[in-house]
Amino acid sequence: MAECHPVGFQWVMEAKKRGAKVIHIDPRFTRTSALADQHVPIRVGSDIAFLGGVVRYILENEKDFREYVVAYTNAATILREDFVDTEDLDGLFSGYDPETASYDGQSWQYAGHDQDASPNTEDEQDAGSHGSGHELGGRGATLEHSVVQRDETLQHPRCVYQVLKRHYARYTPEVVEQVCGIPKEQFLEVCEAVTANSGRERTTCWVYSVGWTHHSTGVQYIRGSAIIQLLLGNMGRPGGGILALRGHASIQGSTDIPTLFNLLPGYLPMPMAGEHDSFADYVGTISRPGMKGFWTGAEAYTVSLLKAWYGDAAQPENDFCFDLLPKLTGDHGTYRTVLDQIDGTVEGYFLVGQNPAVGSAQAKLQRRGLANLKWLVVRDVNLIESATFWKDAPEIATGELVTEDIATEVFFLPAATHVEKAGSFTQTQRMVQWRHKAVEPPDDARSDLEFFYQLGKRLRERLAGSTDPKDRMLLDLTWDYRVDEHGEPDPVSVLEEINGRFLTGERAGDQLPGFTSMKADGSTSGGCWIYTGINKDGVNQAARRKPGGEQDWVANEWGWAWPMDRRTLYNRASADPEGKPWSERKAYVWWDQTMNDGAGQWTGHDVPDFELTKPPSYRPPEGAGGPEGLAGDDPFIMQADGKGWLYAPSGLLDGPMPAHYEPHESPVRNPLYHQQANPTRQVIRREDNLSNPSAGDDGAHVFPYVFTTYRLTEHHTAGGMSRWVPYLAELQPEMFCEVSPELAQERGLVNLGFATIVTSRTAIEARVLVTDRVTPLTVDGRVVHQIGLPYHWGVGNEAHVSGDSANDLLGLALDPNVHIQESKVGSCDIQPGRRPTGPALLRYVEEYRARAGVTVHTGNTQLTAPDDGPGEGT
Amino acid sequence: MSNSLYGPLDPAPDAGWRDEQPRKGFFTDTSICIGCKACEVACKEWNAVPEDGLLMLGSSYDNSGSLGASTWRHVKFIEQGGGSSATDVLNRTADSALVGDRTALGTDMDALELRAPVDLGMPTAQLPGAGGDGARAEFRWLMESDVCKHCTHAACLDVCPTGSLFRTEFGTVVVQDDICNGCGYCVPACPFGVIDRRIGEKGVTKNEGIAQKCTLCYDRIGDGLEPACSKACPTKSIQYGDVDQLRLAAQERVDVLHAQGVHDARLYGESTHDGIGGLGAFFLLLDEPEVYGLPPDPVVTTRDLPVMWRKAALAAATMLAGAVAAFVGAGS
Repeated sequence: MAECHPVGFQWVMEAKKRGAKVIHIDPRFTRTSALADQHVPIRVGSDIAFLGGVVRYILENEKDFREYVVAYTNAATILREDFVDTEDLDGLFSGYDPETASYDGQSWQYAGHDQDASPNTEDEQDAGSHGSGHELGGRGATLEHSVVQRDETLQHPRCVYQVLKRHYARYTPEVVEQVCGIPKEQFLEVCEAVTANSGRERTTCWVYSVGWTHHSTGVQYIRGSAIIQLLLGNMGRPGGGILALRGHASIQGSTDIPTLFNLLPGYLPMPMAGEHDSFADYVGTISRPGMKGFWTGAEAYTVSLLKAWYGDAAQPENDFCFDLLPKLTGDHGTYRTVLDQIDGTVEGYFLVGQNPAVGSAQAKLQRRGLANLKWLVVRDVNLIESATFWKDAPEIATGELVTEDIATEVFFLPAATHVEKAGSFTQTQRMVQWRHKAVEPPDDARSDLEFFYQLGKRLRERLAGSTDPKDRMLLDLTWDYRVDEHGEPDPVSVLEEINGRFLTGERAGDQLPGFTSMKADGSTSGGCWIYTGINKDGVNQAARRKPGGEQDWVANEWGWAWPMDRRTLYNRASADPEGKPWSERKAYVWWDQTMNDGAGQWTGHDVPDFELTKPPSYRPPEGAGGPEGLAGDDPFIMQADGKGWLYAPSGLLDGPMPAHYEPHESPVRNPLYHQQANPTRQVIRREDNLSNPSAGDDGAHVFPYVFTTYRLTEHHTAGGMSRWVPYLAELQPEMFCEVSPELAQERGLVNLGFATIVTSRTAIEARVLVTDRVTPLTVDGRVVHQIGLPYHWGVGNEAHVSGDSANDLLGLALDPNVHIQESKVGSCDIQPGRRPTGPALLRYVEEYRARAGVTVHTGNTQLTAPDDGPGEGT
Repeated sequence: MSNSLYGPLDPAPDAGWRDEQPRKGFFTDTSICIGCKACEVACKEWNAVPEDGLLMLGSSYDNSGSLGASTWRHVKFIEQGGGSSATDVLNRTADSALVGDRTALGTDMDALELRAPVDLGMPTAQLPGAGGDGARAEFRWLMESDVCKHCTHAACLDVCPTGSLFRTEFGTVVVQDDICNGCGYCVPACPFGVIDRRIGEKGVTKNEGIAQKCTLCYDRIGDGLEPACSKACPTKSIQYGDVDQLRLAAQERVDVLHAQGVHDARLYGESTHDGIGGLGAFFLLLDEPEVYGLPPDPVVTTRDLPVMWRKAALAAATMLAGAVAAFVGAGS
């Protein structure tokens, strides 16, 4: 965090000053470790074993916050009889299909009261589609049964609590040591610190970043910490939670109002062709009759969005222009798109502040994709490698690409920087903060807003008068933003559209006060339902800047947090089931019976994340759905059962509970299960995306080391904003690798000399930094060396400093839920000296592949072959 | 005005300022420095200090090397302990290593044949803090943002023949680049190696050949702003203010650290009774000053000048007297 979020880290330092204990779990010793109370070096890719070990410690020692767990989580809920755990199937859950390498999650569901009744066809369909991650959007996964069986004594053998206990029984401190390389004593110290600092009086928070997400089973890493936090009662309470540190300013904002292919604003799913051909189909899959929670308002949110986009053209009789929305036909994620570029089915590409030729995994593929386009638009502040690849990519040197043969027409448009334009940033707390323009952008540089506004305007001018129905998609759009004296659109007018308006009645034209005002009849508009209220009363709430010292500690008058300015989500959980704070020290939101003329209401330091006047004693009438279906002590109001999910009966494609799998490429055999890696990971079998053999395969010894990639404080991502700035470039001028003295000794590497790092994809060179900050770990009885590679440099002629890119080393293997790449871990070899240049580089890598026996199948069979010997993928 | 070259005093009035301000300075608390180098960058941005070379130094995360004419704030990184004995050997070999030669051109595949990992009998690697043989038990990564100390008795200023270096009304020491003639007397005079002449291309590099160093952002503090480095510091490791106040805050902080069991925490340069008369920019360190490359007992290099001059004068007078006596003697 100190390394990549130095400004945010000031608050960790503040907390430490006030007595907080800071524990840093990271493969390498970073600037964060230097300031932490304890650094725990861990083998990359083994975090689920660690987190599972913590879960086991909590359960075996009964350290869970029992009242919270029973009342607020699904610990008591009983599962179906036919659910079978990884512990009985040696690393697989029930429902695995080796043909498709995917699960049918039907057996993972809760048992219903109607369990004997065979589900009808429609239910089966729902169950089949309930978990397909890229069409789920952000909605809580639906449940098959709205009424579930519970055993609040937690003794029933099929209740979640007991299932969880059995699942993690083998994740002992000894196993954690064996898998993660963390000595048992050190691990237990962490367990004791975390549990001692949780409960009524105290809370602990977990902070993670892409070191958790960039894995072939990354979603389950986060689930692992969610289980711990729910067991310890650390969710919805001050000082608790799980904080995701994002890779750039406003990454949170760009998922809220998304740049993701599979989401509409506010985590509404993108409609799928064939499944959501009508508006009724679409709304029906988000909210089903009888379903509980706030997602049942999805129709009002969607209609308001369509009214914001299509204005008067959106009418009830045309399903509010639902048919004008593009429909997905499958995976259109960034990696799929790159492969489609190479295969020639994607012809054009916009790159806005992104440098995939350097910053994306399998950067060789990225560059080949760019080289096979008809046109490419690059909007950036500097002439990045993704704009100049056609003349200076590494493939030009090797002869794989020839400048004269590249037909891509590249348009480079200079962009305004963040201080040269107004707008907002949304950070990890979901807090939106407004920025004002500090200076005018130089020369031809323009803001992204202006670019897209102008692009839309010109496209619409071109299409004017068209009778082609598909052009209504653009022609019917509301495209009427206020412009200033320079003709530049006013970002506040976009904020107004996002907030939404009353369209009819006496308040017509006014901004909506909150999303509960949204209607499904077309009388309201709103560009992103969760942001509704951000411009309440016509006041830009995100621009509020009352200093923390001039208000209470929650600081509700600084910026604005979605939804409804709630600073902590699910904060109903900060009070006990009766509505009283769990402790005075941790009082946050509570029920006050004296308010609301004696009828009582929720109040506290934050905006309650609960229906204001629903008393703790409220119990839903039978069959009630929507918010009315949730009881007065169901704090997790976006979940279909109002509970925090220790066990995810639906919504995930790779299992209801995290299990430890080795990374896609690992020199270590999975010590916990026969199944080596995530059996549902998305693999891409292509000649241009080869994988290294892992432990258990022939040739694994050719790539005996583990590498991980990361960022340094001195640079920003692929370097577009830092390698061109002399003051930053000079602070870390050259690509380097970090190795332990032991590995340096083993391989003859010399500090400040060169090393060549090799994978099945390519070889790169880097300066060597020999440091005790990298520690060899003893894993499963053998020493595992880890190599650290910052990924900021790229090959090109325009930047102040350049160098080989760590992302060239990576292959593509993806998490099945969210299609994120496993870029935090891979296997490799390292040798002293510089890499060969020109065509010799290709021969050098080819020789490695031949020695390791690499084919397109290597490592790419998801299910580990039954016999333990060599076999998988050969 | 004492014109003293030694001992405690308030430098601004001593330099003749009558409407002097409270003495301004820095307190740099290394215990909360995260090594982000925002201070280095902010300093360069504000003061238009040029880039200082694109060399990787192989010395932890420090690629700035030292304070100099084009590096006015410098974050040091000290990797301490760990002590797998391989480190020292490797670092020694590094010094003599060929750097930058493309040795792998036209690679000889035979030479690249993989060597199987061989047990070299090295001590088994243990985790930092894991105990074991204790070899890696006490690993620390210390960071310190170094800067001009704005000495109470500043030798650079004492030796400057042009008056380019002067004492400001805030008690700080500033070089006027339009007056400096680049004689370089100040360079060896500084006991901390802070000030230096800018190396660069004549006519291209701004202020080439001119002595340069931190001004404590004289142009900012005169306008009531704080210096660029402390403004940019995210953890308040660099604090700017009245030196009197900073000394109190520093003492308070060191007491807290001692109470928390950080017994090696100490202040450096806050005492007015040291060889400099106290530093305008002082530090909280977590180890001996030598660990940070700071002189343990710095003395203003001009301290003994009066004595030396007195002795020289005495010697001259004696010689003169002797010579006169010789002539007188000869004449008689």
